[in-house]
Amino acid sequence: MVLLVETIGKRALQGINRMGKMTIFLYATIASLLFPPYRVRRILKQVHFIGVKSLFVIVLTAAFTGMVLGLQGYYTLRKFGSEGLLGSAVALSLIRELGPVLSALMVTGRAGSALTAEIGIMRIGEQINSLESMGIDPVKFLISPRLLGAIVSVPLLTAIFDVVGILGGYVVGVKLLGVNAGVFFGQMEASVEWNDVANGFIKSLIFGLIIAWVCTFKGYFTGRGAEGVSQSTTSAVVLSSVLILVGDYFLTSVLL
Amino acid sequence: MSDQTPICEPCGLETLPAPDGEPVIRLVNVEKTLEGKKVLDGVNLDIPRQRITAIIGLSGAGKSVMLKHMIGLIRPDRGQVLVDGVDIARLSRGELYKVRRRFGMLFQGGALFDSLTVYENVAFPLREKTALGEGEIRERVLSRLAQVGLEGAQGKFPDELSGGMVRRVAFARAMVTDPEIILFDEPTTGLDPIIRNSILNLICHTYHQHGFTMVMISHDIPEIFLWSHYVVVLHDGKVVEAAPTAEVVHSVNPFVQQLIRGDITGPVHLM
Repeated sequence: MVLLVETIGKRALQGINRMGKMTIFLYATIASLLFPPYRVRRILKQVHFIGVKSLFVIVLTAAFTGMVLGLQGYYTLRKFGSEGLLGSAVALSLIRELGPVLSALMVTGRAGSALTAEIGIMRIGEQINSLESMGIDPVKFLISPRLLGAIVSVPLLTAIFDVVGILGGYVVGVKLLGVNAGVFFGQMEASVEWNDVANGFIKSLIFGLIIAWVCTFKGYFTGRGAEGVSQSTTSAVVLSSVLILVGDYFLTSVLL
Repeated sequence: MSDQTPICEPCGLETLPAPDGEPVIRLVNVEKTLEGKKVLDGVNLDIPRQRITAIIGLSGAGKSVMLKHMIGLIRPDRGQVLVDGVDIARLSRGELYKVRRRFGMLFQGGALFDSLTVYENVAFPLREKTALGEGEIRERVLSRLAQVGLEGAQGKFPDELSGGMVRRVAFARAMVTDPEIILFDEPTTGLDPIIRNSILNLICHTYHQHGFTMVMISHDIPEIFLWSHYVVVLHDGKVVEAAPTAEVVHSVNPFVQQLIRGDITGPVHLM
């Protein structure tokens, strides 16, 4: 019994310690953004890596998500004789939930894991210590551009996801299943409010922050050797994905 | 009596006069525990100015940890790390970064940035930490690369270089900002004897040209005695000997003698 309590206590302390370390890391990253040099070129490089290079996977995922929504939505709505609402069902699902969440999950898988691996390899190869020895703050030099890059990229990718997803729903609903195009877009225009778009945007901003924060943290404090980097990469993807899904629930309940 | 300046035997350059004054780095009663193990246990050590100091000891004796204390990469649990009298363990991050401008460091594996070319690696500290124009940076980088014998390698990436070339590029990067103190963490480990001696010769040559203070961790015993003025012997987190090279070579300490001779019998039993 004492051993059980001891183990629970030890785990709880470790958890609190880790959360504290992560919070200090985020604080240091944000604080370093406030002071020059701003290294715009490094930020743009990250926007290219996280944003531009994720475009293909985002467009592909968005197209099929929209098409599935069109298909499922049509047959469900037809039972109630409400096929005309397909446009609004597809658009609201994408803009409020699926766009921000799926974009963030795809970016986590494609770019987040690479962020962790890259920084982890720099850590085990003493490149981070090398920066420190030159008097260069590695958090400012390595982490801040990645954080800003993700915060800029994820909302833009989400916007693209929403548009492509709606087009996918349109192709299936209007072109394949025969819903009237005017009704499809008319219902969409009538039901989607600015608030829905703003909420999706806020979510994607926060998801971008979560991805960069978790993935760079895991790389920065990686374990020893190739195995350490591999474990950090896996746990970065899992933790980011879980935080995105859990965060989505709480954000939805606050923003609704 | 001859008034000619003595010549350094290994590198053939004129020897530098022995400097006066206080040691440049001083460790006072430094203690450090990592992952439950006491790595440094009350280390007291003076690093003389403008001299080559070699740190030797068994693997895991705490040599790298001690070297990292000297530049503030690790802070001690107890004790002081004084650089010209300033305790760097108590400095703020910004103040510490200013002190580090006086240092150059060569890490064990070179720690070159693998996404940058040789030229970009050597230019990196100048671009990031100085206001020099690109022309002047180019001039300095090319001169340092020529000094380490790598004029033609500027466009290569680290993964295209041999182990010896990586160390030479790292050395060029460490000295490109003209630091006062250069720290070397095992600059020759894993290299064949010819390349090892060429790197040690390069270090000695550079020392005689610029008069840097150099601190070097090495496992090359007894070769390192030829290239260093002072030797520090570390064992179980404690300094067991710190003296001019000739004195250490003739030390009566049984551990030092076992380390120098590489005997498997003596005070240290590994098996």
